[in-house]
Amino acid sequence: MSIVTVQLGQCGNQIGHEVFHSLCSDIRGTHGLCSRKENQSYQDACKERFFWEQESGVPVARAVLVDMEPKVISQTLSIAARSGCWKYNSQSHFCQKQGSGNNWANGYSVHGPRHKESIMNLVQKEAERCDRLGGFVTIMSMAGGTGSGLGAFVTRCLRDAFPASFILNHVIWPYGTGEVIVQNYNSVLTLAHLYRSADALLVHENDAIHKICAQLMNIKHISFRDVNQVIAHQLGSVFQPAHTTEGDPNYSRNPLGDLMETLVPHPEFKMLGLRSIPQIAENSLPYSTFSWPGLIKHLRQMLIANAQMEEGIDWQVRPPPPGSSSHSTKKPLHFNTSVANLVILRGKDVHTVDLGSFQDPSLYTSWLNPQDAFNAWRTPRAFNKYEKSASLVSNSQFLLKPLDSVVGKAWNMFASKAYIHQYTKFGIEEEDFLDSFTTLEQVISSYTTL
Amino acid sequence: AVSLPFAVGQCGNQVGCRFWDLALREHAAVNKKGIYDEALSSFFRNIDTRSGGDGPGIYKGKICSLKARALLIDMEESVVNEILQGPLRDVFDSKQLITDVSGSGNNWAVGHKLYGYQYRENIVEKLRKNAEHCDCLQCFFIIHSMGGGTGSGLGTFVLNLLEDEFPEVYRFVTSVYPSGEDDVITSPYNSVLAMKELNEHADCVLPVENESLFEIVNKINQMINSGKLGSTVKQNSLVTSSAGSVKTLQEKPFDAMNNIVANLLLNLTSSARFEGSLNMDLNEISMNLVPFPRLHYLVSSLTPLYTLADVNVPSRRLDQMFSDAFSRDHQLIQADPKHSLYLACALLVRGNVQVSDLRRNIERLKPSLHFVSWNQEGWKTGLCSVPPVGHSHSLLALANNTCVKPTFIELKERFMKLYKKKAHLHHYLQIDGMEQSCFSEAVSSLSDLIEEYNELDATKGGPRTDPSRLKIAV
Repeated sequence: MSIVTVQLGQCGNQIGHEVFHSLCSDIRGTHGLCSRKENQSYQDACKERFFWEQESGVPVARAVLVDMEPKVISQTLSIAARSGCWKYNSQSHFCQKQGSGNNWANGYSVHGPRHKESIMNLVQKEAERCDRLGGFVTIMSMAGGTGSGLGAFVTRCLRDAFPASFILNHVIWPYGTGEVIVQNYNSVLTLAHLYRSADALLVHENDAIHKICAQLMNIKHISFRDVNQVIAHQLGSVFQPAHTTEGDPNYSRNPLGDLMETLVPHPEFKMLGLRSIPQIAENSLPYSTFSWPGLIKHLRQMLIANAQMEEGIDWQVRPPPPGSSSHSTKKPLHFNTSVANLVILRGKDVHTVDLGSFQDPSLYTSWLNPQDAFNAWRTPRAFNKYEKSASLVSNSQFLLKPLDSVVGKAWNMFASKAYIHQYTKFGIEEEDFLDSFTTLEQVISSYTTL
Repeated sequence: AVSLPFAVGQCGNQVGCRFWDLALREHAAVNKKGIYDEALSSFFRNIDTRSGGDGPGIYKGKICSLKARALLIDMEESVVNEILQGPLRDVFDSKQLITDVSGSGNNWAVGHKLYGYQYRENIVEKLRKNAEHCDCLQCFFIIHSMGGGTGSGLGTFVLNLLEDEFPEVYRFVTSVYPSGEDDVITSPYNSVLAMKELNEHADCVLPVENESLFEIVNKINQMINSGKLGSTVKQNSLVTSSAGSVKTLQEKPFDAMNNIVANLLLNLTSSARFEGSLNMDLNEISMNLVPFPRLHYLVSSLTPLYTLADVNVPSRRLDQMFSDAFSRDHQLIQADPKHSLYLACALLVRGNVQVSDLRRNIERLKPSLHFVSWNQEGWKTGLCSVPPVGHSHSLLALANNTCVKPTFIELKERFMKLYKKKAHLHHYLQIDGMEQSCFSEAVSSLSDLIEEYNELDATKGGPRTDPSRLKIAV
C-alpha cells in the first residue's frame, strides 16, 4: 500500500525532502544485517510505499509540494534531483508568489479556497498513481501561515475527498521562544481544525530536537538542516516497512491503518508523541554498542517521566502503586499516563526482546485493557545503519504541557486583542478563535484526567 | 514577490538613487552567471533592448538590460535630472518620472493639496503602467522626508492614492524625520501634517533621524581616522560606503548617510529576494510587528557597521553583533529601546548564521529587555543565507517599541511652539483645500498616538495577572 505525502510551507517542504532522502539512503545501504532476500523485500516494500518508478529507473517520491512562495520548492526540487538517487515529480507541485505572511487566516480563508482545485488535482493524480492507497501524511509547521492555515484547509479537503482514507498530520511544534510572534494564535487555530479532520497528529517539538542535536549529536552550530535530519530519521524509523503482526513474515500492507488502530482507540485522543533511541552522531555509530535491555529500560523511563531524550532522564518518577484508582489524586506528579503505546524495534535479535515492562497496567488509563493498549512491531532488518533501534509512538500526556502552554500564551494575547485585526482582515473572527480555544481546552481536559 | 519603491522629493530621490545603486552592486556580487533570476526580479525588470518590451523572464535567460521598478517623483527637477545624467541613467525611463520645476517651497500643503490634485491622474497612470509589469506586486515602498514640502506633502498624497488604487498591496514607508536644528523652519508643521497620513494609511513606518545617521557616519570616520583599525576595514563593507557601486566617483555629502538608509531597505527585503532556512517576507514583518493598526512605527538598527578584513569570525564577534543591535548607537532614530517597552521585535539575520546562534543570543539578551505582558516571547526571526556585500553576516533588528514616543513628543512640542503663534500659517491656509482644521486634526492624531504609547508604558513593570482560562464542563 502506498502513502501520499503532502508537504506544506517552508518547514513542510524542507522536512519532507529530508524524509525521502533518509528513506532512500536507508534502503540503498547494505547495513540491513539480514539476508539478501529480506533486504530486497524491505526495499521493495519501501519503494512501493513511498516511490514510483519512471522509465529512467530513478524513484519518484509520491509527494505533492505546496507553498505560497516559490523559493523553497524550487530549491527542494533541485536538491532532490541532484542527488541522483531519487527525485520529485516535477509536475507535482503548486506554488504562488506572495506567501501567507505568517497569517493563518490568509492561508485558510484566502489561499485555501482560491487554490483548492489546483492542489486537490495534484493530490488526486498522486492517489490514482497508487495501486492501493494507504492514506495521507501531511508535513507542516503550526507557527507560520501556509503550513498551518493552508495545511488545515487542505487536511479538511482531504477528509472530504477521501472519507475512507487514513490521514496523519505530522506537525512541527515551534521553539517556545519565538520564531514567529503570532505562532501561538496560528498553533491554536491549526490544532483545533486538524483535530476535526485528521485521524491523528504526530508531533515533533523543535526545542526537543534541538536539545538532541546539541547533547547527543554533538553538533556545534545547529542549523535547521540538522534539526530536520533528526526528525527525518525518527519518522523513517516509524514509516519504513515493519512487521506489524506477530508471526506474519510479510511487511505491513497497511502502515497508517495499523498505526491508527493501535494508537487511536478514541477520537478525543489524537495527539501522538515520538521518541527514538539511540540517537547519536553518524560517525560515532561504528564505535557504539547498545544492549536491548538497556534500550528498553531507557525507553520505558522516557515514557514514564516524559523525557525527550535518553540523557537527563528523571529516574525518580515511578508509576503509581498497584491498587490505586487511576483517577486518584495519589497518582505521582510528573507521571506520564498513556492511552496507548507502540514500540517499534528494528535490527539484531528483535525477537528476543522482552517488552513486558511496557505492558504494566499502571502505565495506562483504566478504560483500555493493557493488552489492547500496548503493541509492538519487531523487524529484523536494521534501520539507517543503527544495529539496534527502538522507537516509541505514544498516545499519552507527552504533549499535555506544551499544549497547555501554547493555549495559555495564546489566550493571554487574545485577552488583549493584540494582532486580532490581522486575522479579521482575512475573515477569521473572534468567534472562530473562541471555538478553537474551546476545542483545545476540551482536549487538555481529556488528557489531564487520564 | 515584487516591490515597487516610490522616491518622492529631494531626500527621497537621493536616498533612492543610493538604494538602486547598492541593489545593483548586491545582485552583481551574487548573480555571477548574469541570469535574470527571481531575486533580481523583485526590484528590476529585464528589458529586451531590441523590442523595448520585457525580455527573457525569470530563469529563462540572460540579463539584457535592467530597469528598476520605481517611480521617481519630485516637484523640482535638479535631483532627478542628475540621476538621469549620471551612471544610473539606463536604469530608469521616462515612464517612471514625474517632475515639475518650481518645487514645493517646504510647504506640505503645496505638495499634498496643490501638486497632489494637479498630478493625481498622471501618478495613477504611471503607477498602473509600472504595476502591470509586476508579476505579483506585494509591497509599495515610499521613501521620503517628513520636513519638506514634496516628500512630505506629495509623498503622503501618494500614500493615500496607493491605498485607494491597490488596497491589498502593503505600504511600507521610510521616513526621514527632521532634527531639532533643522534649517527648515516649517519642518514641524510639515512633519505633523504628514504624520496624520502615516497614522491612517501606512502599514509600516520605518522612521529615520538625520541625527542618528550623522552620528553613525561620525563614529565610522573616527574609527577609520584613528588609525587603529582603519587599514584593515573592508571598504565596501562600511554601511556608509558606495565602494564598488556604479556611482563611486561622485560621492556627495549626504551619500554616506543615505547609504545607511539604502542598506536598511536592502536588508529588509533580503529574505524575500534570497533563499534561506527561515524566510521572512515583507507581509510577515507587517503581520508580526503590528499588534494594533496604528502602532506601526518600527525602530530599526543595522549591524555591523563595518567588517574588518580578517574574515575569521569567532562566535564572540557574532554575539557582539547581536548585542550591538540593541545598543543606542546603532538605532536609526534617537531612541533607546532597551529602557522602554517592546511590543514586538524582529531579527533578520543574513549570512552564515544558524538557528542555534540566533537562539543563543535571544536567550542571552532577553532578560535585559522589557516586553509587554501579553507578548513575552515576542520575537520574529529570519535567516537569509546571502550576506550583504563585504560582510560574512549581518543583522537588521526591527523593534515595535515605546521608545519612539519621545521623538513624537518632541515633534509635537516643536509644532505647538509655531502653531501657538500662528507663525507661517498663512502660507498653508492660502492653498486651496487647506483649513485650520487640517492642523488641529493632525496634532490631535499625533496626541492620540502618543497617548496609546503612554497607556502601554503604564503597564511596564506592573503586576502581571494572566486572564483566567476558559472553563470546560467535564
